[in-house]
This record gives sequence, C-alpha cells and structure tokens, in this order.
Amino acid sequence: MADIAMIGDKDSVLLGRAAGLEVYFETEGQAAGRLIDKLARENTRIIFVTEPVFEAASETVKKYRSAAFPAIIPIPSGKGSTGAAMRSVRENVEKAIGADILF
Amino acid sequence: MAISYKPTRMEMSRLKKRLSTASRGHKLMKDKRDETVRRFITFVRRNRELRERVEALMSEAMKSFVIAKATMSTPAVEEALCFPAASAKVEVGSAKVLSVEVPKLTYIPGESRGLPYGVFGTSSELDTAVSKFSELMPLLIELAEVEKTCNLLADEIEKTRRRVNALEYVMIPQLQEAIHDISMKLDENERGNLTRLMKTKDMLKAKEE
Repeated sequence: MADIAMIGDKDSVLLGRAAGLEVYFETEGQAAGRLIDKLARENTRIIFVTEPVFEAASETVKKYRSAAFPAIIPIPSGKGSTGAAMRSVRENVEKAIGADILF
Repeated sequence: MAISYKPTRMEMSRLKKRLSTASRGHKLMKDKRDETVRRFITFVRRNRELRERVEALMSEAMKSFVIAKATMSTPAVEEALCFPAASAKVEVGSAKVLSVEVPKLTYIPGESRGLPYGVFGTSSELDTAVSKFSELMPLLIELAEVEKTCNLLADEIEKTRRRVNALEYVMIPQLQEAIHDISMKLDENERGNLTRLMKTKDMLKAKEE
C-alpha cells in the first residue's frame, strides 16, 4: 500500500502520479470522505487533498485531526489557492492560544 | 458545594493532602501549558512559512502543467502520466514533544529517477511541470509533518488549559472552602466542649458549697 495518497480533481492531481503518489480523482464531498476513511484503514500515512475537497469533506477531515495518522494536508488546486489551508492553520492558533497572534 | 465531607479531623487531613496534590498538579500543568505554547508558536511559525512556500511553488508547477496541457492534447497528457512512477515512500518515526506523540516523517523518493514517460510525443513543458512537482515533494512532506504536529499540539494545549482552569477555579477553591468549613466546625465543637466543662465545674462547685 502506498504511503502517500492524493485526492482532488483530475487537473490538479495528475502531476502527483509522476512523483510516485497514489492518485484518486474525487471532488464530491461525501465520496471523498469515504475514500479518506478507506485510505486511513489501509494505513496511508499522508493524504494530500486539494482545498475544495478539504472543505467539502471537512467532517471526515476533523475526525482524523487528533489522530497521529493519517495526516490530511490541504494543497492548492490547479485553480490556485483559496486560503482554506491558511485558515486551518489560523484556527489552530486560535484554538491553542485563544487569539490570532501570528497573522 | 460539590465536595461532601464529615467534619472530622481525619477528613480534614485527607482533604489537606488532596489540596496539596491539587496545587502541585496545578503548578505542573501550568508549566506544561506554558512550555507547550512556546513550542507550538515555533512550530506554527514554521508551518506558515512552509505553507507559503509550498503554495507559491505549487502554483508555479500547476502553471507549467496548464501550459503543457495547452501544447499537448488532454488524452496525450493522461496517457503520459497514466503509468505511475515508482511509488514514493515515507519513513515514519515518532518524536515526543512534551509527552505528545508527534509523527516524524522522512521522505524516500521512488527509485526510478527521471521521467516516467518517453520523451516522444510529450512536450518539454510537461517535463518542467513534473520535475518542479518532484522537487516540491520533500517540502510537502515536511509541511505534512509540521502541520500534523501543530494540530496535535493545539489539541493538547486546549486540554491542558482546561485542566489548569479546572484546578485553579474549581478544585482548589472547593477544597480550601471545605477545609475551612471543617476547621470552623471543629473549633466550634471545641469551644462548646470547653464551655460545657466550665459550666459543669461551676455546677459541681455550687453543689459542694
């Protein structure tokens, strides 16, 4: 089983295949959530998801937040960054410190 | 008042022990919280820096890919990339940051170097896009590690902060109040006893006379 997987729309993740990642084409939230569950069961270590998918499957993503694996990491899609990933970093800061002191 | 107690000396010394444990725990928790926050801040700074870099490089790679797709037909691009390169692996270790287990990831690139397709029928823009993306991989893995660490630390800080507050504002005041109550009651008993004794002595004296 591959250690690193990538989920997103076709245009964004095709490149991942050339780098040796396990690539899945999925943009619909629920299906992506199920896919993440399946990958987590198969011991995938890192799952890169494009930002739109990250937001669509946010419920599943939350579930794995506090687990050590898999690490679900948002990456910008082919259309550019939507800022969702930065937002999740900021949420972390707010949760830990109580105020957004870094940005 | 959540702590129920009997006003006895035994109970009071038990509560006093609990209070000292609670205050020691509170102090330790507070130290832990402060240190975790300090570490968290360094991690989250790094996280932000990495993310900015990854996003910039990623959009560059994507741009080349878009150009590649414009110069080649979509089926040709898909065909070139449909055979996966040797799969990349990560070595997984774990490190501890203040008793929080965090992942430690080391990137092991797939064995075959170079492009997973033939140069015939593919454009050089595709090569650029692929090599740019491959260069990005170690950075992406590091980002994964740091971001996960941040997530885990943020959770831990939240938990620790709750515990500190629970000890500081609930547990310790309640114990102090209970101890105070018991000592008051014991003193009151003592005084009652004393007056009773004095009274009896007076009565006995009056009887003798």
